Amino acid sequence: MNKLKYERPYIKKLTAGAMNKFGSLSGSQPFKFIDNVPVKSLVEAYGSPLFVISEKHIRRNYRAAYRAFSTRYPKVQFAWSYKTNYLNAVCNIFHQEGSWAEVVSGFEYQKALGNGVPGNKIIFNGPGKSKKDLLLAVENDSLIHIDHLEELGLLLPLCEGLDYQPKVAIRVNMDTGVYPLWDRFGFNYENGEAWRAILKIVNSGKLKLTGLHCHIGTYIQTTAAYGVAASKMAALAIKCNTELKQHIEYLDLGGGFPSTNTLKGAYLPGTDTMPTIDDFAEEITGTLIRAGFENDDLPLLILESGRLLIDDAGYLLGTVLANKRLSDGKLATIVDIGVNILFTSFWYDHQVSPADDYSPTVENTVIYGPLCMNIDVIRESVNLPLLKSGDHIVIHKVGAYNMTQWMQFIALRPAIVLIDEQEQVHLIKAAETLEHIETNEYIPEHLK
Amino acid sequence: MKLKKNIATSESGFIFNPATGDSFSGNAMASSILLAMKNGEAEVTIKQNILQKYEVSPEQLDRDWDDWIVQLKEANLLETGSYDGK
Amino acid sequence: MTANKYTNLCIGVTGLNANDNPGPGVAVIRALKEGLGAGVKIIGLSYESLEPGIYMHYLVDKTYQVPYPTAGTENLIERIRHIHEKEGLDMIIPNFDAELYNFIKIAPQLKKMGIHTLLPSIDQLLMRDKVNLAAFGRQNNFHVPGDYKLSTEADLKAAAGELSFPLVIKGKFYGATVAYTLNAALNAFHQLGAAWGYPVIAQQYIKGTEINIAALGDGKGNNISIVPMRKLYITDKGKAWAGVTIEDPALIKLANSFAKATHWNGPYEMEIMRDGEDHLFILEINPRFPAWIYLAAAAGQNQPVSLVKMAMGEDIIPFNEYEAGKLFIRHSWDDVVDISEFQQFSALGEL
Repeated sequence: MNKLKYERPYIKKLTAGAMNKFGSLSGSQPFKFIDNVPVKSLVEAYGSPLFVISEKHIRRNYRAAYRAFSTRYPKVQFAWSYKTNYLNAVCNIFHQEGSWAEVVSGFEYQKALGNGVPGNKIIFNGPGKSKKDLLLAVENDSLIHIDHLEELGLLLPLCEGLDYQPKVAIRVNMDTGVYPLWDRFGFNYENGEAWRAILKIVNSGKLKLTGLHCHIGTYIQTTAAYGVAASKMAALAIKCNTELKQHIEYLDLGGGFPSTNTLKGAYLPGTDTMPTIDDFAEEITGTLIRAGFENDDLPLLILESGRLLIDDAGYLLGTVLANKRLSDGKLATIVDIGVNILFTSFWYDHQVSPADDYSPTVENTVIYGPLCMNIDVIRESVNLPLLKSGDHIVIHKVGAYNMTQWMQFIALRPAIVLIDEQEQVHLIKAAETLEHIETNEYIPEHLK
Repeated sequence: MKLKKNIATSESGFIFNPATGDSFSGNAMASSILLAMKNGEAEVTIKQNILQKYEVSPEQLDRDWDDWIVQLKEANLLETGSYDGK
Repeated sequence: MTANKYTNLCIGVTGLNANDNPGPGVAVIRALKEGLGAGVKIIGLSYESLEPGIYMHYLVDKTYQVPYPTAGTENLIERIRHIHEKEGLDMIIPNFDAELYNFIKIAPQLKKMGIHTLLPSIDQLLMRDKVNLAAFGRQNNFHVPGDYKLSTEADLKAAAGELSFPLVIKGKFYGATVAYTLNAALNAFHQLGAAWGYPVIAQQYIKGTEINIAALGDGKGNNISIVPMRKLYITDKGKAWAGVTIEDPALIKLANSFAKATHWNGPYEMEIMRDGEDHLFILEINPRFPAWIYLAAAAGQNQPVSLVKMAMGEDIIPFNEYEAGKLFIRHSWDDVVDISEFQQFSALGEL
């Protein structure tokens, strides 16, 4: 006799404000395949947890973003934000598509060189460049974006004896009406600090001011802020032209575009509320075109978008370890994915899907990671079908920052695979081993 | 363990506790177990029936049974002391 | 005018929460039934299982549970498709601020399914948003209280410095508290932020007489109907529990300037404070009918019926008269049903 499908017994109290199945199924459709590759087979082959990146998705995102800007503006260049995800395989997809590299440390700079990016296509940002880093950038003819006057002070002596002027830009911060104001980076526009920095650079006679850079914030959900930024940057560039006869070749508007993840505390889901890349492109390019540049003299527009291009191309697969009831009767589900590898769970309500078929009953649960730490919470409250230990889950839109900000803590970091356009799976980073962690540890003689 | 005597269960899976005024809905498995419990069937009999009819291991069922009892206690549907003193 | 065209319509209505912080749904339905006849089929759309309208079988033919706005448009459209297959909806009248964004987004899809709506645009919705109201007022020369957007406790301290106590602390979608001290303001800030997200708004407190205006815009810069009401009794939640229609050309003019400035499409409510110097401050614009909308119908301008006719494509001649001195007195009334109705609705989402 064929046995019936089993579901664990479950009762739900009916209350006035009850979350119900009509309001709660969001995100819990079974998600069995990523680019036609079964989730189950991925976990079997590479272990759990496992990061999965879709090459198809990355290329689609890049092309959509490039199209949004390039159909509206004649000169557009993207530079891949290394800190968002600097796996070499990922960087090379972007470089193949035509992206330059945008780096913020000597380490990232070396990675970009290693990936074969020509020096003059590396943008060097960030407040922490060392003298050694700067020298390397000068020698490679990279675009150095100066963050503060100390950096300018470091840079000027490096130019002694050179028969060319290293190319620099300054980072400008400004009030665009968004909160918080990122005035800790670069020079302020409103109080004239940016203009004074420009004068210092131009008057030094040793550096070539080729561009202006800003990056107004992160996860900016209003296009208007970019309009303000573009108009202030354009005004500054035009002022350089008219008052200093200094031609500004490019404006780098940075990144900060949101993905469609839902921020904690947001009322409506990100998929419905976030402006699209076309909305941002329309605002930025429209502002620049109307800004009053001489005919045919529009500056190159550089964008350093990271999150928008990679977030939804990344998945994190995991396994349910256990279910338990908390003291108040609420269900808790423990999975093998901890916050140490999913940093973004601190600010997103990540969508979580079961990877297997399930029955229609759902129960509200809190999802905990495997760390022995109270803060290890993946979702405080999510309605999921009744999962049992051994079931797989898929966490969506994890491509940005998690694979760079993750930390080795309590557990080792998992493997990362890439599914290429032909739906073939490639290991692009092996799971960490004890050896990796201990290879540069030393034990003093007396403690052996 | 015993269900409180006056718990009202309906065919469509609703449970009403007249003593507290609370209502619950249960899935099919919950409904059939509740019915068996109301009929006074013993835990071991109920479990045997489930194992015969459904695709589930005894270990899994034992774990889920413990969880079930916690749910019933939390819902105030068990006679007091009927489980703790088992 | 032939009424026949409308007598058998099937209309979905939200906002059945006729409780102490009432949604307009039940009042809208009452106006529809009165204006279009008892043959109109009303499908209630409710979020929670104790919204009183669900159990008012004399007004609501059947009610379906719909997903909370937080579940997103995909879930909403899926649910409506299911309801539409069973009931054949001709129209939906959404009555909650928080759900409007989603309904506006799916309106084109609804249209394809044969379900009519009459809604403002996303831009119109955002322009009168509490967060943008002050800027909107400045741009269009309306009196609007000073405000301050709050994302952190530090913002609240800055707001207190700028606007001084008392402050009206407002949630992004719902809820407002008058705070006389920093502590009270902090409490309200955290509570409203947790409920409705950030920013929370601190608004300058204006002392005066509270007046509400129910109006219906034609989307071309005119109003089809305007009915002003003076609040006579206000609950501790700031809701009118009694009010009277009043006549004042300044109020009509204000609503007409608003329609002209925004080209508002559909129903809206202006919350006005008339201060000691007779300035009319706009405290809030609600992008939907008010809960007291039946008073407008009783005073001679049945806005819900006009809305239905407009949505179905009819050209409506604007109202130019209503009766001043019509008084509404809200009261509570206990409907009694069996627990099984509650159980069925809670668990199955239909009743």
